[in-house]
Amino acid sequence: MPITNSEFPITNSQLLITNQLINYTLHLADNTLILAQQNSEWCGHGPILEQDIAITNISLDLLGQARNFYQYAAELINQSTSQPINLLTSQPATEDTLAYLRDNREFRNCLLVEQENGDWAKTILRQFVFSNYQYLLYEKMQDSKDEALRAIAEKALKEVIYHLKWSSEWVIRLGDGTEESNQRINKAVIELWPYVDELFINAAYESALISNNISVDVASLKNLWMQKTKEIFAEATLGIPENIFAHKGGKQGMHTERLGYILAEMQFLQRAYPNSVW
Amino acid sequence: MTDEIIINEKTVWEILETVTDPEIPVLSIIDLGIVRKIEIYNAVQKPPSGGVGVFITPTYTGCPAMDVIRMNIRMALLENGFTNIDIKTILSPAWTTDWMTEEGKQKLKAYGIASPNSKQQVCTPGLFQEEEAVQCPHCNSYHTQMISRFGSTACKALYKCNDCKEPFDYFKCH
Repeated sequence: MPITNSEFPITNSQLLITNQLINYTLHLADNTLILAQQNSEWCGHGPILEQDIAITNISLDLLGQARNFYQYAAELINQSTSQPINLLTSQPATEDTLAYLRDNREFRNCLLVEQENGDWAKTILRQFVFSNYQYLLYEKMQDSKDEALRAIAEKALKEVIYHLKWSSEWVIRLGDGTEESNQRINKAVIELWPYVDELFINAAYESALISNNISVDVASLKNLWMQKTKEIFAEATLGIPENIFAHKGGKQGMHTERLGYILAEMQFLQRAYPNSVW
Repeated sequence: MTDEIIINEKTVWEILETVTDPEIPVLSIIDLGIVRKIEIYNAVQKPPSGGVGVFITPTYTGCPAMDVIRMNIRMALLENGFTNIDIKTILSPAWTTDWMTEEGKQKLKAYGIASPNSKQQVCTPGLFQEEEAVQCPHCNSYHTQMISRFGSTACKALYKCNDCKEPFDYFKCH
């Protein structure tokens, strides 16, 4: 079974670090790919043309980040002496094989990004929760000892700032807007809040790389994230839910049913017609 | 042609001047500031007969024009007799509109796209900020207004002019 190999004991410490780095890079890639795929569903369906363009532009930025992370992961996998990530294929890993040929359980994205788009309010809130997290994450990642991750973060951070501003403004506009918009975003808060905590719980591959200054300790981002969220929610006249049961597992490959549907649509073509190109 | 070619850096820069951005065809990739470095390799570094390395950086992470640009660089160099071509992408330091040439900014304006303001003004997460005084490329008025931070491509924002009432693209300061 081509399931994550992160739990297997490995004696060589350098190999261990490389394996965790592969897992970590794939986690970063999967987060951005899945959110890009989900946001792109708004193409042609946005509430107004300018916002349709905005959400799909954000998709494109996220897809660009995903490509950079997958390219780096592929390089690490091909250099590594351990098993290829996908045992179905003996071909070398590429950004495409990693995106199109891995199964549900091999994806390490957090559960938040695979939550349904729902209405505009839910998509906006999901983007705000994620961009706020990503902004803090990439800011810290600029100090990573890993040169490739550092460069990707430095590049992407400037774009994430746009996403954060745009989604914050929309949270305020909807929360402090009409009765209906307020009601819709309140519903989104209740639906999405169980998936917030997972962002700030280090997975094994994150914990393992903190001491070498490769990964960012996501637990350390939570207070800053909450501070920003409180500030935006106050302006949006929204309350922050407390004592909500938190789901986790996505970062370890245990996903909600929805990811299967996302992957089925995204991967269909490459699975049915291997190596087809535009 | 291939026998006579004199491989030097200046020739390569001149050839790359002819490669344009597929989305904004008035701008060359040199105007945009995305060519960061050129390396000439001798026969020892790159057997059998040397070659050239072009280092480029994307404007935006997901910019789909980069694949086309990479292909066009290769085509332009091949057409000029180069055969052993390496095109490498570097991400750090991250591209900024400060690297766009003055000439490039003039060309943009003439094409109807407002060129990026020279100073980073809204690159913080603060909300509801607008860039100061983006000039309308049609009537030169500064009385303009942002419609959306996201435009027809990743690098542009949508604006409208409150004087001549024309909408226009603003190449975001980034």
